[in-house]
Amino acid sequence: MSTVDAADHAAADHGHTTNLGMSNEKLGMWTFIGSECLFFGAMIATYLLYLNRTNDGLTAFDVFDIPFTSASTFILLMSSLGMVLALDALQRRDMRAFQTWTLATALMGMVFLAGQMYEFAFFVEEGFKLETSPFSVSFFMLTGFHGVHVTVGVVMLVALWALSLRGGITADKHLETVELVGLYWHFVDIVWIVIFTVIYLIPVG
Amino acid sequence: MTAIAENPETATRPRRRGIFPRPTKTTGVVSWLTTVDHKRIGIMYGVGALIFFVVGGLEALLIRAQLATPNGEVLSADAYNQIFTMHGLTMVFFVVMPLGAAFINYLLPLQIGARDVAFPRINAVSLWIWIVAGLFVYSSFLFEGAPNSSWVSYFPQALVGPDPAGNLAADAVAIQQSRTLFYSMGLQIAGVASLASAVNFIVTVLNMRAPGMTMMRMPVFTWMSFVVAFLLLFAMPIIGIALWQMMFQVRFAGPFFDPLNGGDPVLWEHMFWLFGHPEVYIMILPAFGIVSEILPVFSRKPLFGYSAIVFSGIAIGFLGWGVWAHHMFTAGLGPVADSAFGIATMLIAVPTGIKIFNWLGTMWGGQIRFTTPMLFAIGLVSMFTIGGLSGVTHSLVPHDTQQHDTYYVVAHFHYVLFGGALFGLFGGIYFWYPKVFGKLLNERIGKIHFWSMLVGFNLTFGPMHFLGLNGMPRRYYTYADGMGWNVWNAVVGLGALVIGVSFLIFVANIFLSRNNPPAGADPWDARSVEWLTSSPPPVHNFDQIPQISDNDELWYRKYASDDSGTPVRVAAGGADDENPGGPYGDKVSGKTAKELGIHMPDPSWFPLLLSLGLPIAAYGVFFEDRLTMTAFFAVGGILTFGSMLGWALEPSAEEHH
Repeated sequence: MSTVDAADHAAADHGHTTNLGMSNEKLGMWTFIGSECLFFGAMIATYLLYLNRTNDGLTAFDVFDIPFTSASTFILLMSSLGMVLALDALQRRDMRAFQTWTLATALMGMVFLAGQMYEFAFFVEEGFKLETSPFSVSFFMLTGFHGVHVTVGVVMLVALWALSLRGGITADKHLETVELVGLYWHFVDIVWIVIFTVIYLIPVG
Repeated sequence: MTAIAENPETATRPRRRGIFPRPTKTTGVVSWLTTVDHKRIGIMYGVGALIFFVVGGLEALLIRAQLATPNGEVLSADAYNQIFTMHGLTMVFFVVMPLGAAFINYLLPLQIGARDVAFPRINAVSLWIWIVAGLFVYSSFLFEGAPNSSWVSYFPQALVGPDPAGNLAADAVAIQQSRTLFYSMGLQIAGVASLASAVNFIVTVLNMRAPGMTMMRMPVFTWMSFVVAFLLLFAMPIIGIALWQMMFQVRFAGPFFDPLNGGDPVLWEHMFWLFGHPEVYIMILPAFGIVSEILPVFSRKPLFGYSAIVFSGIAIGFLGWGVWAHHMFTAGLGPVADSAFGIATMLIAVPTGIKIFNWLGTMWGGQIRFTTPMLFAIGLVSMFTIGGLSGVTHSLVPHDTQQHDTYYVVAHFHYVLFGGALFGLFGGIYFWYPKVFGKLLNERIGKIHFWSMLVGFNLTFGPMHFLGLNGMPRRYYTYADGMGWNVWNAVVGLGALVIGVSFLIFVANIFLSRNNPPAGADPWDARSVEWLTSSPPPVHNFDQIPQISDNDELWYRKYASDDSGTPVRVAAGGADDENPGGPYGDKVSGKTAKELGIHMPDPSWFPLLLSLGLPIAAYGVFFEDRLTMTAFFAVGGILTFGSMLGWALEPSAEEHH
């Protein structure tokens, strides 16, 4: 195949030869993740700015239950391991293990989300609401938007799992699809490490 | 290509069906609604932007009619606030940005020798989301009125409206809420389109260049588009967060920007300008790229200092992030911040100056042809230089403190964005019109268009310098007699009318040129490879992807130097069949992609469907009633996420894939 033919191929819907040797889809995901860093960065900056603006309302010391959140954080971080094992299973063409680990990853994400919902409901009950203070609204926005990202990831994982049950996911064709979902999922986890550190582990007051 | 062999597995299995049969039409309305062809998407961006240009222009004429005389009574104060806000929003987000996007969409794949962008359906999504965002913002006129706190929408105006003393009644607050929500949600939706485009263009440039097209052989327009894509990629999430914060503040009383509850309005200013200043370069860099393409062609010289132009563009992209606070010298940031941002702002004049002198160097000693595109390009160089010089005066903090929020500032940014970006974009329209539609525009009418626009432009925005220095504030809906502003305001009003007429001349040119003879593949004797293919190009752009061996590839296929260095034509343009190795060796055969065995992506309904979900969900935010709000979210969400799922599972219209 001459270089010209190779370029023809690359420019079609599914690239086989690309300038960087990386598929368009993967490069696109990395580019998007670069953008997401700014998305979370802007919210983290706002949170740090408003750390002590509590309007004499509840402070972080009053409401946060650090052991509880640490537990759900541990579960979320373990889900990244599940994602790795799911991809590994697909590479080994072990569909059963792939389905198990994909579902397990999604379930760990859901447990994290359930923990967040419980936390939010508890905070609101205590009087720590959106309108309480710049601190409270920054907290809800930062953790809430992270929760939205986890939700999107869970939807993608459940879709992968459901499709694989019908034979719609194969190691031949969809290795990269799973890899891309994995990239996204790991990113969301890594961002949570930063958020958890900034919100729960840095002392305020 | 023989790569498509019968696959026994897929041959026996019945073809999977999508939710809709995948559209395959190539003509008619449906084909435009479902297209994923970057060239058609570019055309739709361009037409859409010109329609919004008419709307924004009419708003400008209303503003000038109101201010033409003291104590004007054309508009009420409330109407004036809405009109000038919508003028700014329209021109920035729905004219200059998408007109740049139109060129990027159309030209970027052609200039790098690619068949399409990396993600054709995402490209279509960007277009439709941008269109629905525009319609969403303008639908505000059907409800409680349009946004009215100017395009920067500072707090507390955005929260309580222009008259906080008298207007805090509940219904007035509700009206203001609705208007600000249209700003917040409308720009949020438009931002999604920009972000998707940014990812698309970055991947396209990095991954899909033709063989031999190294980064430093890319045309300057492609380079500038690449820098713009990075600016979009990093600026859009920041304004996105700011707009969400605005929504939480306005709709759910989360006190981000409300000083009475501990919030800080200056946070909005930082967030807005951390996006807003790079946005200035997002608007101007495509025009810089266009000029860098036009000047060498009509000076019959290579671009002077190609790498200097490229690297100064990159430098502008970087420095653009470090100067946002020069919009906030009067916000009270303190002398240290003011000095730092003042110096950074002066620095950014350096790469810009490099570009200007490179353009002058390109023209220096060239065989200049004063065609319409060339006139517009020279118009950009001269008008942008004036705007750039008044820009330097803003970097001097004491100077800026004096002229802040006066018409001097209005004059400055119109010289930059109208005299700069729009002159460049119009030059681009004249330059690439034959490539897109296969016909040249009329040169004589084009020149009348240019000169009337240039005169109207200077009549309108030149006197604003004097008005501003004489203390006339911007954004006031009227002024008293006897301030010394009457004469210049009348001149400005006249100038605005001339600009309006010049646009009509442009429209007439398009109308009158519809029967012009075919322009041919390369009517300007140009230099970059988009002129290698036919005009208009086939769906697959090139029959054979061109091999690139140099900057100005096409030029070197047409000309070689004789002993004295004078260019000589190496092969006659028409002799392609006999001479396949000649300059037009890759000429387009007129065969379809299918006949040539080239695989092109199929049209799809999902980009359009997906985009419709976003405004539906956004309307939900306006309802106090939880149930109604949730219902709108649900319908919009199902439409958007359902489309994503359908998209992911959509089969190809072809048998094998």
